[in-house]
Amino acid sequence: MASITYENASCIYPGTDTPAVDSLDLDIEDGEFVVLVGPSGSGKSTALRMLAGLETIDRGAIRIGEKNMVGVAPKDRDIAMVFQNYALYPNKTVGENMGFALKMRGVATEERDRKVRDAAALLDLTEYLDRKPGKLSGGQRQRVAMGRAIVREPQVFCMDEPLSNLDAKLRVQTRTEIAALQRRLRTTTVYVTHDQVEAMTMGDRVAVLRKGVLQQFSTPAELYERPCNAFVAGFIGSPAMNLFTAPLKDDGVVVGGGTIPLTREALSTLGAAGLEEVTIGIRPEHLSVANGSAGAVTVELGLVEDLGSETFVYGRLDDDGAQPLEAGHITVVARSEQRVAQRIGEPLQLAVQADAVHLFHPRTGERLDEQS
Amino acid sequence: MTAQMSAAKRSPESAETTRRPGRRTGAALTTLTWVIAVGFFFPVLWMVLTAFKQEKDAATETPTFFFSPTLDQFRAVLDSGVGTALLNSLFATVVSTALVLALGVPAAFALSLRPVRKTKDALFFFISTKMLPVVAAIIPLYVIVGRIGMLDNVLTLVVLYTAMNLPIAIWMMRSFFLEVPGELLEAASMDGASLWTSVREVILPLVSPGIAATALICVIFSWNEFFLAVNMTAVEARTVPVALVGFMSGQGLFWAKLSAASVMAALPVVICGWIAQNKLVRGLSFGAIK
Repeated sequence: MASITYENASCIYPGTDTPAVDSLDLDIEDGEFVVLVGPSGSGKSTALRMLAGLETIDRGAIRIGEKNMVGVAPKDRDIAMVFQNYALYPNKTVGENMGFALKMRGVATEERDRKVRDAAALLDLTEYLDRKPGKLSGGQRQRVAMGRAIVREPQVFCMDEPLSNLDAKLRVQTRTEIAALQRRLRTTTVYVTHDQVEAMTMGDRVAVLRKGVLQQFSTPAELYERPCNAFVAGFIGSPAMNLFTAPLKDDGVVVGGGTIPLTREALSTLGAAGLEEVTIGIRPEHLSVANGSAGAVTVELGLVEDLGSETFVYGRLDDDGAQPLEAGHITVVARSEQRVAQRIGEPLQLAVQADAVHLFHPRTGERLDEQS
Repeated sequence: MTAQMSAAKRSPESAETTRRPGRRTGAALTTLTWVIAVGFFFPVLWMVLTAFKQEKDAATETPTFFFSPTLDQFRAVLDSGVGTALLNSLFATVVSTALVLALGVPAAFALSLRPVRKTKDALFFFISTKMLPVVAAIIPLYVIVGRIGMLDNVLTLVVLYTAMNLPIAIWMMRSFFLEVPGELLEAASMDGASLWTSVREVILPLVSPGIAATALICVIFSWNEFFLAVNMTAVEARTVPVALVGFMSGQGLFWAKLSAASVMAALPVVICGWIAQNKLVRGLSFGAIK
């Protein structure tokens, strides 16, 4: 087991100018479960493959423990990897798949068998040891891939979207199993996913990447409560945070015929920055249906999603002053505890919880109340 | 629930539209298929039958279907020196195919799983060698082979057949290698396998049906090759197709003997196909990776 350090690590694919991973700095502690998350093309998989030795480290360094991995072959890094499509050897049995690395290392047959059986027992695979991967279900193959990693007792587990080929129910179940297994083995794990729910539920810490650049690296709670920029704010959380840019007034932000009040600290920060408009971020749970109360945002009710335990209300915000971050019109999502009386197309008033508003710079997207 | 119900309601309709072709059309199609199949197969069948006839049965004006079979013609063919030709063909075919695989497998591997900047150019170069008609190359080839004193030598055929089949073999095997997910090699390299071990333990078992198919194609092409053989060989190194032609010109009226010789020439390829068919049909079992 070991810590992992990315020091200014970059990877540039041949024939391209922009690095796939750009000066990545990460300090991963021994035994930690770190999730790399981001949309496709964010460089998360490349960052993982650099650690595994499957992509070159063109600049900077990656250390496992104290050892610099630049130029070290994958097999000499003591890393096990679980691939998205599992990459099981189809012509070998489950047992042979799991024991292959030990065989390559010259471990004696008896010891190898014992370790394979132990891992198989741990993963509920004992009865499948003699089968070929082709005869297994998707979930079982996934477990074999895990088993192949575990048997080696490596310093680091690398997992590249290992759940994305499973159906929704199995994914949730396996998610908890992997997290529990990692907690038990305490092997430093780097896990790549594009699914922010996986990131939030599994990781001790989560690194959000975008276009090869690290955005934020912190605990799931911190990411959710204090996203460092508008991208992280919009990426983490489901449904996504409501984000739009709107003009500032003395006491708040003017939106949809009303004013979203801001706290005094927030107002003084904005005043100090000398901004005339601001990107405002409100989580759906901090918006509530407010019939007739003052200072509320008025939207046109578009869609009601009743999930039983909670209801999501989608409304369209028509306001010349407010600008969406991306093209299109602004859709506002609110979580509502009670049923909504209004019908689709009717105006709906939403009240904002003032102290839960996130403020970002309208041009850079950086969080504005970083000092508070 | 509603979806299920509506699906149930729709099903008789969809059964109507996707109804199988009528019985009459089916019977007509079956008959047509049989006619075509028999039409294609009949000459082969007739050749095999004739091979077991006496010359007098083979030459009757009204063809006879019933006769007392004999192996005399095969004996006669073997006595006339076809044995050497068979051995020459066997040697040229087996050795050139082995060479093609020895050179082609690594080439196909590199060109599919380890592509570099010039991979496409290399691939085009290989196939471009097949664009020149052999007729156009035969005179320079003859001169070169003659100068180095390799005319009428079976080793010349080995070299030529290897060169002839290599491009096709590389292209064919490359398509099989491309089916192998690159992650398998990566997984093997992380498991500590050297490149050679991962190829031997992981890749080759997967692509072996493809290699078998390629080998079969090479065997067929080499075994049946006529043009180079007829120009480069005379007596010592002549192959079965060349010997067969000898029968035709010299003893063209002896249908039974010619048929027996043809059957003997066709047999090895048929046997190879029969043996390889198992592997060919099995296909690549990639279900385990997806």
